[in-house]
Amino acid sequence: MGLIAEAASELNSRQRLRSAAVKRLLKNRWLYLMLLPGVLYFILFKYLPMWGVLIAFQDYSPFSGFLGSAWVGFDNFLQFFRDDSFGIVFRNTIILAVYNLVFFFPLPIVIALMLNELRIEMYKRFIQTLIYIPHFISWVVVVGIAYIFFTPEGGLVNNLLVQLGGQKINFLLSNEWIRPLIIGEVLWKETGWGTILFLAALSGVDPQQYEAARIDGASRWQQLWHVTLPAIKSTVIILLILRLGNFLDSGFEQIFLMLNAMNRDAGEVFDTFVYTSGVQQGHFSYATAANLFKSAVGIVLVVGANYLAKKAGEEGIY
Amino acid sequence: MRMKDRTFGSRVFDSVNIALLFLFGMITLVPFIYIVAGSFTSPEEFISKPFLLFPTHFSLDGYRYVFSSNIMFRSLGVTVFITVAGTLINLIFTSLMAYPLAKKDLDGRRTIMLMVTFSMLFSGGMIPTFLVVKELGLLNSYWSLLLPNAISAFNLIVLKNFFQQLPEGLEEAAKIDGCNDMRILWQIVIPLSLPAMATFTLFYAVGHWNAFFHAVLYINDNTKWPVQVWLRQIVILSQGGVGDSDAFDSSYVTPPAQIVKMAVIVVSTIPILCVYPFLQKHFAKGAMLGSVKG
Repeated sequence: MGLIAEAASELNSRQRLRSAAVKRLLKNRWLYLMLLPGVLYFILFKYLPMWGVLIAFQDYSPFSGFLGSAWVGFDNFLQFFRDDSFGIVFRNTIILAVYNLVFFFPLPIVIALMLNELRIEMYKRFIQTLIYIPHFISWVVVVGIAYIFFTPEGGLVNNLLVQLGGQKINFLLSNEWIRPLIIGEVLWKETGWGTILFLAALSGVDPQQYEAARIDGASRWQQLWHVTLPAIKSTVIILLILRLGNFLDSGFEQIFLMLNAMNRDAGEVFDTFVYTSGVQQGHFSYATAANLFKSAVGIVLVVGANYLAKKAGEEGIY
Repeated sequence: MRMKDRTFGSRVFDSVNIALLFLFGMITLVPFIYIVAGSFTSPEEFISKPFLLFPTHFSLDGYRYVFSSNIMFRSLGVTVFITVAGTLINLIFTSLMAYPLAKKDLDGRRTIMLMVTFSMLFSGGMIPTFLVVKELGLLNSYWSLLLPNAISAFNLIVLKNFFQQLPEGLEEAAKIDGCNDMRILWQIVIPLSLPAMATFTLFYAVGHWNAFFHAVLYINDNTKWPVQVWLRQIVILSQGGVGDSDAFDSSYVTPPAQIVKMAVIVVSTIPILCVYPFLQKHFAKGAMLGSVKG
């Protein structure tokens, strides 16, 4: 008797809960309707491809499709690791990533600190406006300008070299020059834009701290060292973590544009390798396996960097 | 305000700083001047003076050549269309989704946010996305340039946070007056978010204007190529001439390839740079929106 009543009342309350949920759903029907296109977008163009990475474990053929292709386990990965191109691609990606970290990461911080020290407001704004512009220019144009400057056929740089009594250098078709060129282009295009976040962090520093430091007799360098730098420390660390998370992303479009038959040995990275072997040669499963390996390493790097940051007493990104 | 510091060391510090930043600014500027100047130089002057920054003999030969066939007009048209349509789709999709997600008491909101955030950490990558686009039958259609990037997860989260900061009272008042959520978004929330919207417009529009890789990947038909793909053909691959020599009289000599390349660069870059001054006052603020909290 009691059992039945209990069951009945539970059913009742569950029904009530459900009808309350339905009521909320109806009340918010417009909100859900508004969510629909976005959710569909994420399912179709983000989550369907995520599910699609399973072709890395298949011998995918476009004719049999995803459901009809044979499963092969880790064969594609093993084949990739055994390939000569794995060593080349891995080495190039790591070297470019280290270059990026060493040359590109600190420069926006330095420029932001320099801008922050400017007292002439007009001049500061002028320089800022100027150095943001390259960010809005396409990689095709940036690489195109590099081609025009560095080509041996009447390019500015080679003309200068000859005038100074030197030899022409074929910058664009050589393994030695592709990495410096790539990093140089990144520096030119993105340094200015990279200063924005640091400038925002710097604008939050309490001016009284500088005043106090000055009264204590601190020079400009000492103010920079003891007041300004500590103020942007946590921004720097967060951006460093994010950068480490994207450590292996060497800027696909740019490198794709810079690569040619003569500099591939030094310039081919994971992303371009995926394009060449997947889209151009049609090895869909193999290329997806290579890409998946890269993503897995990337995720390990984010989690690791975040863990280290928290260990060091910083906030981290999650 | 920082106090005036007039010691000798401090003045040296300032002078060196000003000079170095000037140098850095010039490194940014000089390539542009060189390209623009080169594109307006007459072929004879270009060949005789290779380090030219200010042409003395103006010439439009490069531009005449570039526009002598209809490739540039057509591809610029494609790019303008993709940029306008794509940006509209981006803005509508992003704000439609951001608004409900800004409501803290909406059932399922956390799940969707998780889904969005996860998609920023992990993605299927180029090949599976390519296969999805292919299976949907979008290859060789403009939709392949519009839909796969309809929402940037990062912009979505920034906009959601921005919407959350708006005062709730306004929306409640509108609701009492009988507005539905769609009208509230359109007539109250969007007008209040114009600085954020301007920033997103700029970022999305620049993204569409500059995109070339999706077209390389998804569009085989070269009559549908946007201007950046032609730019790559002409400037980097030195293929696919744009000029139509029949359009000139017989005495005409094709301008040097370098001049043509510079002219193509100018033609394909100037339009998007024109957007910059209008939105510039907003974007520094907008870029910082993202840094407030992720």
